[in-house]
Parts: sequence; C-alpha cells; structure tokens
Amino acid sequence: MLPIVLLSVFGIALLFLGFLKSKAVLLPATLLFLVVALGVNFLDWNKTYLYFNDMLRTNNLSMVFTAIMLGSAFMVVALSSSFIDDDSAQPAEYYALMLFSLVGAVMMVSFENLIMLFVGVEILSVAMYVLTGSDKRNLRSNEAALKYFLMGAFATGIMLFGMALLYGATGSFTLSGLASYTAHPQTGLSLLIYVGLLMLLIGLLFKVSAAPFHFWTPDVYDGAPTIFTAFMSTVVKTAGFAALFRLLSVSFGGVYTFWWTLLAIITALTLIAGNITAVYQTSFKRMMAYSSISHAGYLLIGLASLGTQTKQAIVFYSLAYSVATIAAFGVLILVSQQRSTQTITSEGVLTENFDAFNGLARQNPLLGLAMTVSMLSLAGIPLTAGFWGKFYMFSTAVERGQIWLLVVAVLMSAVGIYYYFRVIIAMYFRDGATEPIRVAPFFQYVLVGAIILTIGLGIAPGLLQGLF
Amino acid sequence: MLTLFLIFYPVVAASLILMIRGERVKQAALIAALVELAFAGYAFIGFKPDASSQFGFDYAWIGSLGIRFSAGIDGISVLLVLLTGLLVPFIILSTFDRSYPRPALFYALMLYMQAALIGVFTARDGFLFYFFFEAALIPIYFLAAMWGGANRIPVTFKFFVYTIFGSLFMLLALVYLYYQTPATAVSAHSAAIVDFYKLNLTPEAETWIFWAFFIAFAIKMPVFPFHTWQPDTYVESPTPATMLLAGIMLKMGVYGLIRFILPIVPLGVETWGKTAVILSVIGIIYGSIIAIRQRDMKRLIAYSSFSHVGLMAAGVFSQTETGMQGALVQMLAHGINVVGMFFVADIIFSRTKTNQLDQLGGITQTTPKLTVFFLIMLLGSVALPLTNGFIGEFLLLHGVFTYNNYLGLAAGFTIIFGAVYMLRMFQKSMFGQTSSRTESFADLTSSESWVFIPLVVLVFWIGIYPHSFLKVTEPAVANMMKYIGTTAVSLK
Repeated sequence: MLPIVLLSVFGIALLFLGFLKSKAVLLPATLLFLVVALGVNFLDWNKTYLYFNDMLRTNNLSMVFTAIMLGSAFMVVALSSSFIDDDSAQPAEYYALMLFSLVGAVMMVSFENLIMLFVGVEILSVAMYVLTGSDKRNLRSNEAALKYFLMGAFATGIMLFGMALLYGATGSFTLSGLASYTAHPQTGLSLLIYVGLLMLLIGLLFKVSAAPFHFWTPDVYDGAPTIFTAFMSTVVKTAGFAALFRLLSVSFGGVYTFWWTLLAIITALTLIAGNITAVYQTSFKRMMAYSSISHAGYLLIGLASLGTQTKQAIVFYSLAYSVATIAAFGVLILVSQQRSTQTITSEGVLTENFDAFNGLARQNPLLGLAMTVSMLSLAGIPLTAGFWGKFYMFSTAVERGQIWLLVVAVLMSAVGIYYYFRVIIAMYFRDGATEPIRVAPFFQYVLVGAIILTIGLGIAPGLLQGLF
Repeated sequence: MLTLFLIFYPVVAASLILMIRGERVKQAALIAALVELAFAGYAFIGFKPDASSQFGFDYAWIGSLGIRFSAGIDGISVLLVLLTGLLVPFIILSTFDRSYPRPALFYALMLYMQAALIGVFTARDGFLFYFFFEAALIPIYFLAAMWGGANRIPVTFKFFVYTIFGSLFMLLALVYLYYQTPATAVSAHSAAIVDFYKLNLTPEAETWIFWAFFIAFAIKMPVFPFHTWQPDTYVESPTPATMLLAGIMLKMGVYGLIRFILPIVPLGVETWGKTAVILSVIGIIYGSIIAIRQRDMKRLIAYSSFSHVGLMAAGVFSQTETGMQGALVQMLAHGINVVGMFFVADIIFSRTKTNQLDQLGGITQTTPKLTVFFLIMLLGSVALPLTNGFIGEFLLLHGVFTYNNYLGLAAGFTIIFGAVYMLRMFQKSMFGQTSSRTESFADLTSSESWVFIPLVVLVFWIGIYPHSFLKVTEPAVANMMKYIGTTAVSLK
C-alpha cells in the first residue's frame, strides 16, 4: 500500500524536478525513489492488510511481486542514462510515467476487488501507451503507440464487460465474494460466470500477450523506444501474471475444470506461435518480442496446471525472465546507439539486427558475457536462473499430469535455443565492427548485477524460496 | 568431501587460470589437471570395493523440494572419475606444441568441462545429474565453436540443439519420477536416484520413461539413428575438444543407461531393450562400414567410435553382469584409445596440414616413436588380446551372446571390421611411398611422447591385469543386477 502512495508522490515530484535546468538530477532521483519504494514495500512483511474498504490486500506474495517489478524498473531506469544527452528526450516525464505505471502494476498484484484490477490495468496501460509513442519523430513509434492504444482499449472493454457479467452472476466484485460463490454452487453455476470469466481472461491474456491475442506485441515492442520495450516486457508481464494468478487461484479454483483446458490450449498456442515465429526474425528486437510471447507461454503452464507449486514457479520465473530480458535489452541499447548504420529496413532498424552483435564479445567482453548469460537463461540452460524457472514450471505441469502440454513445451524449448544462440554465435564467432562500445560505469554495475543474480539463482535457486 | 573437492577444485582452478596471461597458462593448466588426477587416483586407490557410495557429500540444495546436492563415488562411477581425472592432463599436455588464440579461456573451459563431467559421474540426485549433464555442454560448445574448423558454427550448433533436445525429455522423465516418490521427513518428494530405483511404475509409464531417457543418452553416445551430429562435430572441433567429446563426454550416455534406465525401468528394458540392442547393433555395423570408406583420419576415428559405443550400449542392454562389467571397462579403455588415436591424427595434421589418407604415406620411415605408439593404440582399438580393448569387447560380446546368439554374432563383426578400417588407416598413412607432405616428417617431441607413455602403460595394464579394475566395479555391478532382477520379478 505504501509503495502506491509513495510512487504517486514521487511521480509528481519528478514532474516538478523537470523544471530544473539540469537534467542530471533526474536519474539519481528516480533511482532513489525506487529504492525507497522498494524498502517501504517490505515494512508490512509477514502481515496481511486490507486497504481502501477492502479494495486492496497486501501479503507476502504481493510484496514479492511488487519487489520484482520495482527491481526491474530500477534496472531499466539505470540503463536509461542516454536521456541526459538526448536533447529531444523528456526524461522527467518519462520517469514520472514509469512511476505512475508502477502504481497501476502494484494495484494489479494486490487487488482484492475487480474494480481495483481494472483501475490498475488502466493506470499501467495508459502510461505505457504514452511511453510507446514517446519517440515523437519516429513514425514506427507513433504507429506502435496508436496500435497499442486501440487494441489495448478494446481488450480493456472486453475485460470490463466480463467483470460486469461476473457481478451480474454473483452480486460481488470482491475476490472472496466470487470465491465463495464459485466454491459452493447450490444449483449449478450461472452461465454468466463462465462467460464473464472468459472475457476477463481475454482482457488479461491480451495484456500478457498470450496467443491468439498477441498480434500487437511484435509491432509495439519493435516500435517503442528500446528502454520502454524492456520495461513493458518485464513489468507489464509480471503484473499481468500476478493478477491472473490471484484471480484464478483465489476466486476460480472451484471451477478449475472449466478453464484449465481452455488455458492449456492457449498455452500451447502461445508457445508454438512465439517460438516458431521468433525463428524467422532478423531483427533482434522483434525476436525478443516473440520470445516474450513464448515466455508468456511458459508462465501460462503454471496457471493452466494451478497447484501447490504454481506460486513459487511464477515468482521465480518472473524474476529470472525479467533480469535476463532487461540485461539483453540493455546491451541492445548500447549496441544500437553506438554502431553506425541507422537505416530502417522492412524488419526494423539495421543496428537492431543480429548482425549488429557481430564480434561484440571480442570488443567488449562484459557486454558479451551479459548477453550470453541472458540468452542462456532465457533458453533455460542450467547454471542460470532461467533453467530453474522452466524446471518449476514443468514441475507444476507434471504434478497435474499434463504431459502433452509438457511435450509441446519441451519441443518449443529446443526451438528456442535456436534463436537465442544466434546472438551468441554472432557475438563470439563472427567478425564485425571493430569500434569499441563505451559503457557508462553505472550501466556496467547493472549488467554485472544481472549476471550475478542470474548465475546466483542458477546455482542456488533455494535462496528465493525462504522468502514467501 | 573428496567428491566435492573433485567437482569444485577444477572450477576454482579454471577461474584462476582465466586471469593468467601468455604462454604460462599451459603449465598452470597442466599442473591444475595433475592435481585433480592425483585426487582422482587417490579416490580410485582408496575406494573400498563394495556396493556402497563413498567419499560422499550431501547438502540440502533446494531443501523444500527435497533436491539435494548429493554426490559420491560408487563402483559404477569410480572408473569414470578415474578416466576423467586421467585424460584431461594428457589432453592438455597434447596441446603443448600447439598454440591456440586466447589460451586462458581455452584451458579454463577444459577445466570447467572436467568439473561438470565429474559432477555427472558422481551425482546421487537426479536433478543434480541433469544439472551437470547440461552444464557440461556449455564449455564444450564454446571450445568447439571458437577454436574449431571452417564449418564449425553450423556443425557445433547442430550438436548443441540435438543434445539439448534429447536432455529435455530426460528432464521430463526425471520430474515425473520425482513426483512418484513418497514423502520424506523434510519434503513431499525425493529426487535421490536410489529412491527412483524403489519406485513401482505402471507399464505405460515405464515405456515412456524408457524412451525419454533412451533418446537423451542415445543422442549423447551416439546410438544409431541419433548419430548424425557426431562425425561432423568430431572433425570440426579442435582436437583437444574432440578428445574430450569422444574420450569422456560420450561416456555420459553409457553411464546414464547403467545408472538410470536399467534399474529404474526394468520392465521398460524388458519390453524395449531388444529394440535398443538392435539399434545398437545396426550402429556397430553401419559405423564400421562407413569407417572403412573414410578417407579422412579424424572422420574415420569418429565413425569407429560410433561403432564401438554401439557395442557398449548393446552390452548394457544385454542385462548381464558381464555385459555391464564389459561396458564399464570398455568405457575406460575406449577413452584411452580414442584419445590416443585422435592425438595421432592431430600430430599428423600439425606436421602435414592434412588428415586425408591419400595425401599421406611413408611416415614410418622417419618416425620410429610415433609408429610404435600409434600401433599400440591401434591394436588396443581393434581389441587385440593383452590390450585394454580386448577385455572390454570380450566381456561385452559375452554379454550380448548370452542375451541373444544372433545379435551377438552380428555385434561380433565389430572386431573384424575394426581390424579392417584401422589397419587400412595405418597402412595408408604410415607405410608406402612418402608424399610431398610427409617427406620430412619429424618424430615425436618429448611432450608428445609423454602423452603416449602413460596411455600405453594403461593399454597394457588393463589388457594384462584387468582384475585391478574389474574387482572395483564388481560389487556395485552385482548389486545393480540384484536391483534389476528383483524389481523386474516383483512387477511380473
């Protein structure tokens, strides 16, 4: 609860800081704000509170999700130092919007009432629509923002409709109200419940870019400035999955038999669509967009086989995925800014293609290592956190006996290795541009931190478990 | 604790080696590997020949899931630990007259690889095994792809995707087995391999787990028809990496068959074992015939290795004590021989810049030392009595014959074909007229000789007095047979 208040206040404060002549203070201030919010987040540790007339509920799980999102935001902001040098950038507004969107994200992980879920989704989304289009002179960015906005608005509409139907069926907007209704159906459940749940799921699945609601993702991720793509693919996804988990585990566990088949089919579709299409990309950024779809698929495995392991599986996966994704985008930002060609091709900007990474490991071993560790983690290779993320997800499915889903996931994991390794191959085994790439010191610390976290959790995944 | 040291010491040593600049890194890597050899040798000598797991270490890794960092050496793993400890220093020594760019990384990756291999052979927890099984792949991938030949990128990539694909199925099987285990004092399930042995699985489950494991291990070894990655990878990799691959890494597959498939899914072996043996025998004959047709030395050795491994797999699936003993001894013997053979190919390549048999010939005129060593390694490979290969192949064939006469007969062709392609290689490269490339062929340097001397000693030691190795593995194998027998009977 406190993070919501603080982030809102800090966001407004940042807008005022934007009046200062020097932009230099904005970055450290934002980082400081995020650290404060992160610290405050844990004040309520081991306690459960209800806020705003039982509209929000905080517990250890919601705090862990909040921490992952704040941590991701911290990393993303730390990688954004180039705003200082860019005259056309409006860092105060960007950072403020990021903080505001975090407010929405925190609401999504701690909602107790569906209205709060809706408000959270909207706060998060509106900020993201703006950030997507923030590169005002770039047509692709404008197009992406418009596309994201139109489709997002549509999805929100469907979600809201679903909520209305659920309310019609149960007379309640609260998770506990829905839970008690679905758990004890005296005369069979009303059809409205099923339709309502379906529409609500569609809205949220759109936000996490699950197939077949994923078509916006590649264009939007590609068009948005890379730094916001990193934010979008981590914070938004984590918030979306936390919300889905909360919704399904608390309120709709009783009707598991209704939605699991549906979700399992969506999971398989998402895995197949994300992985297979990623293979055909020549742009690294678009590949990452499709990879984020595929990771939505892995996360959905945990939901489709909701069980005792799901909670920790989703937390672990979100963390592993977020850290690796941000590090990968961080390296991309440096490479695409500092390697010369900026031609826009049909598959995106030339410096965002795989070729842009040619020979990178020799030019700058740290960037090479950070990217390698990230790619290995995303591919789910042991010694990295991503391996255990997949392991936990697979475990949930085995526990539920969903072997066919697992076989799909395994086949698609093997496909995934193909495109993640293209980056590694480009960096280590191909000759490329020789100009070294400058890395700001703070940027280095973030990348080193990401490497340590990914490998640390890869070797000792138990570290995280004691937490919640 | 010794096991823990054997696993982590190479990691620490490799990380320190990364910081060394220049040529001194070779000596440092060699010393590091010799220290590891000393400890592996100590483990072998100090090992009490019984069925227990010794020098163990056990720590709750992911406590709440019951996944433990549990490693130890038993009669099945002891020879493989010895093999890993033994071959790495000689592989490093074999590079002393060569120079590789970025040597620190090169040698560090070899030692990381060694750590992962020891981990595979000593893991007592299913997930720990998987962890090391996959971890071993990363250093060897970079070794092969960074220092390999012209076509290395697509070839090593194929190898990587192929093996990961196989192991993912093993992961599924492991997770499934894990969920079948009963609760322990600390967690709901257990991942200990011995707990997997005690499971009573349904016939359907045994079938799919059999195949999930089999595909993973068959790709690694490789068994026909999962072998297509192998010859290219062996040829394109730099020789030290090929030695690691053929000498040690493919043993992970055979080891996996013994450690996992036989005791965990005896009914699956009962039902599908014959298919596996037939595939292995096809591999033996197919690999031999292709080897006979090869003109490239490295490729020839690669196919011979493919053929030999087929025999090991057939021996394991014969489910006899001799077959299994044979597989264990043959793993050691094959590791020694194949490293020796690849080193010969590397020496010839480094002097003549070719491994094509038509362009070689007459080398023996200037190289008494190389000729002798090459011939001894070769005779070991073709299983001449008194050499190491004979012991392994004899036991393996005995096992396969016990299992099925016809399959045994077919598998027996390996000896005849082996002699054909090996002697042909020797004849074409060493005898006959010298070519422009081999006219001034220099004999072995002292560091090259020092690679061969211990290998040759081992060839004869195992060949003449195999008891010193067989006695170590015997109780564990007998115990394992008991497991297979009892579980199979109780299911029937």
